[in-house]
Amino acid sequence: MKKTVLRKPKGFIDVYKYKPGAEKDRTHYCPGCGHGILHKLIAEALEDLDLVDETILISPVGCSVFAYYYFDTGNFQAAHGRAPAVATAASRANPDKVVISYQGDGDLAAIGGNNILQAANRGENIAVFFVNNAIYGMTGGQMAPTTLEGQVTTTTPYGRNVDTDGYPIKMCEVLSQLTAPTYVERVSLHDAPHIRKARNAVRKALQNAKERKGFQFIEVLSSCPSGWKMDPVKSMEWIKEKMLPLYPLGVYRDKGEDAKITKRPVPVMEPAAVWEKLGISAEKDVDFPRGDVADEYKKMSIRVAGFGGQGIMVTGQALASVALEYGYNVSWLPSYGPEMRGGTANCSVNIQDGTIGAAEAVKPSMLLAMNRPSLEKFEGSVMPGGTLLYNSTLIDIKPERTDIKVFAVPITGIADDELGNIRVQSLVNIGAYAAITGMFRVEDVITLLPKLFKGRKQAIIDLNAKAVKAGFNYVKDNF
Amino acid sequence: MARMLMKGNYAAVYGAAMAGCTAYYGYPITPASEVAESAAALFPKLGRTFVQAESEVSAINMVYGAAGSGQRVMTGSSGPGISLKMEGISYCAGAALPCVIVDIMRGGPGLGNIGPEQSDYNQVVKGGGHGNYRNIVLAPNCCQEMCDYTMLAFELADKYRTPVFVLTDGVIGQMMESVTIPEPVKELPDKSDYAVFGTPLNKNLVNSIYIDHDDLEWWNMELLKKYQVIEENEVMFEEYMMDDAEIVVIGYGSVSRVLRTAVDNARANGVKLGLFRPITLFPFPGKEIAALPARGVKHILTVELSTGQMVDDVNLALSGVIKSDLYFRLGGNVPSADEITDKISELYGEVK
Ligand SMILES: Cc1ncc(C[n+]2csc(CCOP(=O)(O)OP(=O)(O)O)c2C)c(N)n1
Ligand code: SF4
Ligand SMILES: [Mg+2]
Repeated sequence: MKKTVLRKPKGFIDVYKYKPGAEKDRTHYCPGCGHGILHKLIAEALEDLDLVDETILISPVGCSVFAYYYFDTGNFQAAHGRAPAVATAASRANPDKVVISYQGDGDLAAIGGNNILQAANRGENIAVFFVNNAIYGMTGGQMAPTTLEGQVTTTTPYGRNVDTDGYPIKMCEVLSQLTAPTYVERVSLHDAPHIRKARNAVRKALQNAKERKGFQFIEVLSSCPSGWKMDPVKSMEWIKEKMLPLYPLGVYRDKGEDAKITKRPVPVMEPAAVWEKLGISAEKDVDFPRGDVADEYKKMSIRVAGFGGQGIMVTGQALASVALEYGYNVSWLPSYGPEMRGGTANCSVNIQDGTIGAAEAVKPSMLLAMNRPSLEKFEGSVMPGGTLLYNSTLIDIKPERTDIKVFAVPITGIADDELGNIRVQSLVNIGAYAAITGMFRVEDVITLLPKLFKGRKQAIIDLNAKAVKAGFNYVKDNF
Repeated sequence: MARMLMKGNYAAVYGAAMAGCTAYYGYPITPASEVAESAAALFPKLGRTFVQAESEVSAINMVYGAAGSGQRVMTGSSGPGISLKMEGISYCAGAALPCVIVDIMRGGPGLGNIGPEQSDYNQVVKGGGHGNYRNIVLAPNCCQEMCDYTMLAFELADKYRTPVFVLTDGVIGQMMESVTIPEPVKELPDKSDYAVFGTPLNKNLVNSIYIDHDDLEWWNMELLKKYQVIEENEVMFEEYMMDDAEIVVIGYGSVSRVLRTAVDNARANGVKLGLFRPITLFPFPGKEIAALPARGVKHILTVELSTGQMVDDVNLALSGVIKSDLYFRLGGNVPSADEITDKISELYGEVK
């Protein structure tokens, strides 16, 4: 005679050590609860598929919040609805492990609706077991997104009214609209034959997970005698009579052999390799030797202003980048606030030795004004004794200040007419700045161009070099 | 060539990469989007994980999953997104998981605007989510510190198994400065005693539930002790021209830079103004601030881009011996150095 030995599957912890209190040999679930049955199917499958030591299980918030009491796996307990997010990260961190997201219907289809949708859509390599019991069991029987039309719950005391409460959500149908999921099936636990089918689905999902075949989703129609206020036997009948017609069982998606195998990269951690991959060389930075810079230009606070599209931000960044190579401390700050509107742009650049304080050039030692509104707006702010460099091609008024040095340079004209490319205005600016301040040598700037404009064609780099020279020469020749 | 011109938002991610952070989970929001963008650019080059999550709520729960898996992990956001992360941060604190959160503050409340403010101070420094927990909060004021303190944040997070914030505003996030990239860490801490790897040896549990009342009280006391140790050991601050200062301005982040310029200007006029800059906001340098009156400081002016959030901590520290005045700008406006010295003249009648 064949002897059946009843024992706990190895997927369960032998003694439920995490469970407080004396009863460490039984679960916390109510008699007749579907959670218990599904737990057993999963635990058996983990044992049979040799996954007990290869699995991470995420417990949700809901009656299965304590799933970690039972499963002899690595365990997380996640915030309400967020098990798919936690599972995503656990799976990315441990790409060769089976990661299970175990969730109720409130958890998965209400508060965590978008989490499951997006994890499914990313095709995360996880197996989701979704317990649809048409109710919030844990919190005492409130409406779930899966609650049936007319079903009485503590928050639908007159029955679920689809006009005000919406319709029951069918998650298998929803998720099988997505491209990524590998396997989607709905099963039920209401009688032995259906439990056998559920068992097969659980195994298939876990086998797929073991083979890293992406997103597995098993919806399980499950009893909640306490929430439904029925005895266990009636609960099973209720599933059959009420839930089955609304939630058709079956396979909604099975990619079979077409399922993609999830591959994740191995992180580069070795210090030298990290720098190499990021293009950081271990060689010491060597500063350009500085030329003679007059005292007034040793600590620069510069405002660059003009139309959007005049290369204002690029001019500022280029000033900072070049100064950096002479070992100065530099800062660049784009404009904030109302000036950003209306097509004008400005940025602040500081170049000095020692710690830079306020980043915004409120009282600049130099104003680089590329259009008339900028000159009008910022001329008054220039520090007494400071410097104004303005674009005389576009600015047809004379500056009013007499207590500052003024350099009128046809920036746009040089770029457009002389060099035939209006986009090199920033480089003309740099050349003019170099000539005025003596801070940069033209040769140095030219050496830096390939680095400043990484990936640009040689012709553009050459043109930029010409622009720097032209700006420089104009100032040298005219002032 | 470890020296580069880069935005604060980028510098934070370089710091993270050098700290051995292997996963970034985030959701875009101005002015913090470049944190996510730079992680998206750098992390794949290093075979590390970057995921644009569906929301900040997801992002922080992914952080929880990664931290529980033993990874050094980071997320970044700003005001509204930080508000959304609060539940998840509470879970991280409750489960004693280390993680780093970069907050590039913007104007609020509500959608507010994308200008710089410091109005996340209370929600970040005081805990923010539910339960008795604190975050370690580092407040960089330049791009180099964005890099260095993000790196430090990972060390502190692991040392205390707790969430650590790098808190700054849109000015520091979006400005560019020269940053020297530090060397990558050689070794990462062993986390096998608590992390879940899904191996036979690491069948650990990551959890914040203590159903039994006594157990939860015990756990809260453990957390409290941890925060006390942090307060004892991790306070950071910077002083500028404080030796003979009679008036002191207190400010953190971008404000502290304006204050530094104000101090320089005031000193040029013979005013004995000094700057006290908290670098850690939790732990707050309260003891050092409490000691200021005894050092000869007569007046204290706290300057914030919020309507008086940090000043509460300053005054708590001063416990009525003297009271800090407050000056603030809001909505994306930033005070100028002249505004500060004008305010000081107005209040204390000493500055030209
Ligand atoms: C953010 C948040 N909101 C609400 C709750 C309260 N809560 C706990 S369980 C639950 C419903 C769970 O229902 P379901 O997911 O269907 O699980 P079941 O108990 O039915 O298995 C709710 C609303 C919570 N813990 N966290
Ligand atoms: S309340 Fe319902 S779902 Fe929860 S344990 Fe009891 S029967 Fe199961
Ligand atoms: Mg339910």
